[in-house]
Amino acid sequence: MIAAKKIKEPFGDRLFLLGIYIFLTLLMLAVLYPLLYIVSSSFSSPRAVVSGQVWLLPVEFSLKAYKSIFNSTQLMYGYYNTIIYTVFGTLINLVFTVLLAYPLSVKSFYGRNLVMILMMITMFFSGGLIPTYLLVKDLDMLDTRWAMWLPGAFSVFQVIVARTFFQSSIPSELSEAAQIDGCRDTRYLVSIVLPLSKPILAVMTLMYAVGHWNAYFDALIYLRSEKLFPLQYVLRNLLILNATDPEMLANTAQKIREQGFEQALKYALIVVASVPVLIMYPFVQKHFVKGVMIGSLKG
Amino acid sequence: MGRAQVNVLEQSVIPEKYSKSKLSAGKKIARHWELYLLVLLPVLYLIIFKYVPMFGVQIAFKDFNVVQGIWGSQWVGLKHFETFFTSPNFYLIIKNTIVISFYSLLAGFPIPIFLALALNEVRTGKFKKSVQMVTYAPHFISTVVMVSIIMLMLTPHVGVIDRVFSFLGWEMTNFMGVPEFFKSIYVWSGVWQEMGYASIIYIAALASVDPSLYEAARVDGASRWKKIIHIDLPSLLPIVVIMLILSLGNIMGVGFEKIYLMQNPLNLSSSEVISTYVYKVGLVGANFSFSSAVGLFNSVINLILLLAVNFFAKKVSETSLW
Repeated sequence: MIAAKKIKEPFGDRLFLLGIYIFLTLLMLAVLYPLLYIVSSSFSSPRAVVSGQVWLLPVEFSLKAYKSIFNSTQLMYGYYNTIIYTVFGTLINLVFTVLLAYPLSVKSFYGRNLVMILMMITMFFSGGLIPTYLLVKDLDMLDTRWAMWLPGAFSVFQVIVARTFFQSSIPSELSEAAQIDGCRDTRYLVSIVLPLSKPILAVMTLMYAVGHWNAYFDALIYLRSEKLFPLQYVLRNLLILNATDPEMLANTAQKIREQGFEQALKYALIVVASVPVLIMYPFVQKHFVKGVMIGSLKG
Repeated sequence: MGRAQVNVLEQSVIPEKYSKSKLSAGKKIARHWELYLLVLLPVLYLIIFKYVPMFGVQIAFKDFNVVQGIWGSQWVGLKHFETFFTSPNFYLIIKNTIVISFYSLLAGFPIPIFLALALNEVRTGKFKKSVQMVTYAPHFISTVVMVSIIMLMLTPHVGVIDRVFSFLGWEMTNFMGVPEFFKSIYVWSGVWQEMGYASIIYIAALASVDPSLYEAARVDGASRWKKIIHIDLPSLLPIVVIMLILSLGNIMGVGFEKIYLMQNPLNLSSSEVISTYVYKVGLVGANFSFSSAVGLFNSVINLILLLAVNFFAKKVSETSLW
């Protein structure tokens, strides 16, 4: 059937479509290549990496870099902290978002516009870095895990997405029926609205979780103790400030070190840090369009 | 006369709504008392974590000292603003901020639209899915990892880009140390990372175009190119305008994270922007008041820009944020 359709198309259109396929293929390769190159480098021997032999596939396959990484307590601590920040942080995000979005979606909620305005103002104007820092300091949250959870307890954008979803995708008849049956707002939210909002909750969970997993700015500002540092902060020290972790290099001979073992380590670090997020996202990808589209609606 | 008619209409069609608005405020609140409990926590949060710092902004007009706190410190008027406007860095920082923003906008804004238009021509199938899957992926890479990827690929002698350059016979350079390269590296790596994800919103908008328009165009013998020009582009226009307003309103708000990580002493003349300056002077240098003044200056400009662009867009295209 597809073939029949193609024959019907005029030559110019077929040529145009061919151009589009070429454009998209090139674009895809341009995005894919650096990712492949990094993965391949991480599985290559340090010698091959440093002498510039890796172009596409691993050269002199080796797992040495990965073995060294898992010797590092610093990095393992980072992993542990990031998992804690991500799990509880996302939970806090979801609770706050729903608590705010649901009342805002109820049309007969008196004072709804006031709350909405209160929230929207923060989207366009904020106290800025220093006043927020001073607040966190005054609340005695500096250098505690709370500093990683509370200053960004929800995003206004996600609240609007959730509110619009509640408003547009959950039939108002349900609410009326529930009211007649004597179901109060909280019960209605928990047993009817939330189960019907699984797709949007899935996208929100992904967005918030990725945000926590990838965050380093809050750690940079609020944290001082090494044992609280999240993965990204540890990575920054190792990858960008070129700090070396003696534990990672413990079992490598001086000779290998000279051959740029640290360089090879970096590729493995990148893979280890990014894989959890990259394997998570395809599962939620199909909901993306919905999430983004709802966010762009006004209402 | 006309007004009275409308009222009558409202009464007859939606009597419930009419009667509802007659309820006293107390009754309205009582009806949804549980909602107030739900919303209490987030509202308290907004007040404490967003509005208290907004009042804390007054330290921009004061000489903050730790002992006296925000409210007790001495008022000094516009002193910190004057210091900033007359400092030798002022011109450079503003210039870098604006140039990086406009460059990002020029390079990063149209490409997701092209991508969405092209993907829209490929109706279904695995090819479309894999292009989407691959181009969205870099969005989920953290800034730290992204910057280290950039640095690894550009490492002299070892990085793949440097090897390509030397293969083509160009001189090897320490790319990250050359101020002239900084902005291009920043902008194009950003395009690489975000183009797929930024295209989602346009793809979604194109998916909601009425299929009968395409059918009518096909009957009229329109080519694919004509369909893009006369159907796709006009359908995208409102969302394009909204996105443009948002980006223009944020033109002074170059993000901190990536630039800060990409900075080094060699490229600083090209890479210092307002947000990194605020951080360094304020938190690293503990100059709270001066840094708040710079930050406040920045957010006020942003707000003015957003309002101005929104106003302009409303006049010209009847599309606006509110």
